[in-house]
Amino acid sequence: MDQETTLQERTPPEEGRDVRRPPRRRRVWGWLGELLIPILAIVTAFVLSGVFILITDVQVVNAFTRIPRRVAVPFTDPEDEISLEEALRYHPNEVIVGDTVEVDGRMLRVVEEVDDPDAEIALEEARALFPELRDGVTIYLDFFDKPQTGLRTAWNAIRTAYGALFEGAIGDPARIAAAIRAWLAGDPSGLPTAFYPITESLVAATPYILVGLAVALGFRAGLFNIGAEGQYFVGGLTSVFVGYSIQGLPLIIHLPLMLLAGVVGAGIWGAIPGLLKATTGAHEVINTIMMNYIAFALSDWLLSGPMMRPGGFRPISPAIAPSAMLPRLFPSPIRFHAGFFLALACAALVYWLLFHTTIGFELRTVGANPRAARYAGMSITRNYVLAMFLSGGLAGLAGANDISGLIGYMPNAFSAGYGFDSIALALLGRSHPVGVVLAALLFGTLRTGATRMQSAAQIPVDIIEILQAMVIIFIAAPEIIRALYCLRRQRGEAGRVLPSEGAAS
Amino acid sequence: MTSILELRGITKTFPGVVANDHIDLTLNKGEILALLGENGAGKTTLMNILYGLYTQDEGDIYIRGEQAHIVSPTDAIRQGIGMVHQHFMLVPPLTVTENVVLGDELTRGMFLDRRRAARRVREIADTYGLAVDPDALVSTLPVGVQQRVEIIKVLYRQADMLIMDEPTAVLTPQEVQDLFTIVRSLVDQGKSVIFITHKLKEVLALADRIVVLRQGRVVGETTPQETTEAELAAMMVGHAVELTVTKEPAVVNDVVLDVQDLSVLDDRHNLAVDEVTLQVCGGEIVGIAGVQGNGQTELVEALTGLRPAVSGSVRILGDDVTAASPRAIIEQGVAHVPEDRQRDGLVLSFPVADNLVINTYYIEPFARGIAIQGDAVARQARNLVEQFDVRTPGIETPVAMLSGGNQQKVIVAREFSRPIRLLIASQPTRGLDVGSIEYIHQRIVEKRDEGAGVLLVSPELDEVMSLSDRIAVMYKGHIVAMVRPDEVTREEIGLLMAGAEIGERSAPPAPPTD
Repeated sequence: MDQETTLQERTPPEEGRDVRRPPRRRRVWGWLGELLIPILAIVTAFVLSGVFILITDVQVVNAFTRIPRRVAVPFTDPEDEISLEEALRYHPNEVIVGDTVEVDGRMLRVVEEVDDPDAEIALEEARALFPELRDGVTIYLDFFDKPQTGLRTAWNAIRTAYGALFEGAIGDPARIAAAIRAWLAGDPSGLPTAFYPITESLVAATPYILVGLAVALGFRAGLFNIGAEGQYFVGGLTSVFVGYSIQGLPLIIHLPLMLLAGVVGAGIWGAIPGLLKATTGAHEVINTIMMNYIAFALSDWLLSGPMMRPGGFRPISPAIAPSAMLPRLFPSPIRFHAGFFLALACAALVYWLLFHTTIGFELRTVGANPRAARYAGMSITRNYVLAMFLSGGLAGLAGANDISGLIGYMPNAFSAGYGFDSIALALLGRSHPVGVVLAALLFGTLRTGATRMQSAAQIPVDIIEILQAMVIIFIAAPEIIRALYCLRRQRGEAGRVLPSEGAAS
Repeated sequence: MTSILELRGITKTFPGVVANDHIDLTLNKGEILALLGENGAGKTTLMNILYGLYTQDEGDIYIRGEQAHIVSPTDAIRQGIGMVHQHFMLVPPLTVTENVVLGDELTRGMFLDRRRAARRVREIADTYGLAVDPDALVSTLPVGVQQRVEIIKVLYRQADMLIMDEPTAVLTPQEVQDLFTIVRSLVDQGKSVIFITHKLKEVLALADRIVVLRQGRVVGETTPQETTEAELAAMMVGHAVELTVTKEPAVVNDVVLDVQDLSVLDDRHNLAVDEVTLQVCGGEIVGIAGVQGNGQTELVEALTGLRPAVSGSVRILGDDVTAASPRAIIEQGVAHVPEDRQRDGLVLSFPVADNLVINTYYIEPFARGIAIQGDAVARQARNLVEQFDVRTPGIETPVAMLSGGNQQKVIVAREFSRPIRLLIASQPTRGLDVGSIEYIHQRIVEKRDEGAGVLLVSPELDEVMSLSDRIAVMYKGHIVAMVRPDEVTREEIGLLMAGAEIGERSAPPAPPTD
């Protein structure tokens, strides 16, 4: 009996009430915890990309396998040179293949095997003739003979690469500081060039935000929109048409009209696979991919036919009216335009729509459990079509935005591969508008910085693609990150879904 | 009797909950030990510790007198412990043999030795009376037989201690009897069985010894000879429990649901509901008895707008809703407790609060225009959680984290809190513990007394018998009889459910008039 009373005590009547709201501290930690994995994923990807940069850099590889030193007498620079005396300690008797030696008045190249006895001399023979090294010959040391040099080369390679990436993406801090100082002193002329990189990154991030939102919204509704690329094209086509064919409207009407044309055109384009899925069950992945090809072909035909710029031979559209251009916010060469804020506004709108409206509630319910959605009286058809319309519309807005803000016309090679990047963005941003914006900013900066990295440090742009790919892998498989950093799961074991429970759903 | 397994002082804490609190448990060789307790009493946690899915915080496990360290199911299997899960872990497109050997294949070189494997499977099946065709595809087998495959899987791995986690939850009454026979033959051959359940009748019928858990502690140990259902229920819940439903005679008013010659197809386009005619009046509970798979699911889906009818009509409060959308039917004042709460009734990843408004989110005060009023939703959630005593850490907790009984309470809270005229409850107490069942039964009767019509579909004959004012027996898509519970015996309904004719009662009586 007393056992029972103790048990009764353990369930006080207000048990439920005091725990119903999680304490604020835990909510904050939960929020940070959400960010922890993405941040670690990015850091890890940078480290691994660094390794890639190292192992693909000839200088670094040489530095680690054999460190070149010039034999010098007199000896001046300890970093690059080595005294003859010291060199002989390492290599008492050596001539390097490729050196040229004088034998009986003939200049002979030292080779491993003699093909042409008139011009070449075998290594061994050369050594016999010249038992001592001469001034100016380069010798190679092992990495372990002088590890500092190898490590310094490696560090320099990484620093140059990532430094260039940073300068290309954000800007040179020294230059920015100097420009600001000059500006305070009354000379604003340095500002545009100093801030050019970061504004370019924002310009690059703008379409990323929009296509990322497009795919994220689809994900939330349980739809895999692979067609962002095609919708981007269609959005470009419809908006550019409104942009050039209508003349004489004020900007306040023409610009929104053009952007809206992009949204609606691409929205309808995207809604077709949604409708097909809802009515016939045809899978949207297949259909959005197919619609991509149709969009490319349609764009080729239109740009070389009905929409081709008069009097030209290139398959590009006429230029849009100035009243349809998104305003540039800074003087040239800065291309930063109002589209960035438009994209941010869209992110806010998508957030509100998804999490604070009945429309979003339905989309998310259909996405999470279509059967329960139907049970609750929601129309699956309507929601699939609506989700794909909105998703397509956002991708289309990205196209319209690029034309209206940057190019001013529709070229035939329009996209920069947004279709696949958009999926990565949505994954990285966990299908949350805020996450997508952050992911898009990251991708935008990486993309902009990569160009500079290639030109300044001769690191191929592909390294950045590898980096992005690694970020995605780590996000998609967070267990890798957890294992690397010995992280425990956030919710502890209670949150673990056992196989026996998992089978129920 | 010699003990084969001993648990000493097993303690396991989850954030905020002590799931197991110094549990001592002994399993003797060749006995059936029933582990009885409500959902959330810690039965499953304890067994998961034993099976290596969790690790205990404190306490030791002794197997055959030696201390055992079990940190993974592999360890458990090596020690001779086998688990038959509540939800089967089978690969439907593979054969029985393939499923059994999966993960422990008999091979010849690099090839699967099917013939030898099939022979082993047949041997095991014959030894323990588990009638299964080793070459049948699992996808073609009925649930009861699939469970036998699970048992064979465990025996194939040479388990001599079998843990069965709620094995009867998915079975028909006939299949339950078959399972009992199998379990008895297992112990006759020297195996030991831990049988986890919360069904009192089963415990009394099968167990050699009963251990009752409540809130993570062992609160009692007894044998079927020494105890009664009521005593066990009291031990489980902590206070005396009403096992029978007390209700006043029905006060019947107008017809709420009027079904005429309704025919419905199932997913395979076979006729599942065949010209069913049925009326439910306000203030009465009409139960539909029948073995699962006789068209009840399709009938309910047709009534709630989830499945189109091929012919016939459905009228609710006089309006024809045969082809109406689920929403239109909901708005007519129909509440629906779906058969499969996790698949149909809830969005598991959504918080409790969202699930509580899943079919009213668009109506004031929860929404103004398209803007959802978070405050109103939260207020509603807090009210319902309190009123219906849903045990949840918070209204923002995903429902997936709740126990089955509390998930069902979320649905009941949502459906019963609306002003409703007709309640369609499909297996409303499936998989729930005694306390929750009692609670839900009371609520259903309450709705009836408020004047709503109730259509209750349940394969649990006891439930239908004790709740209903009239019982329609469904067999192969037909309503074969309409009877009053006080005029028939359990056995008679059982026969009707199995398709037998009872001549004089085959004509359905008219709905009671007063």
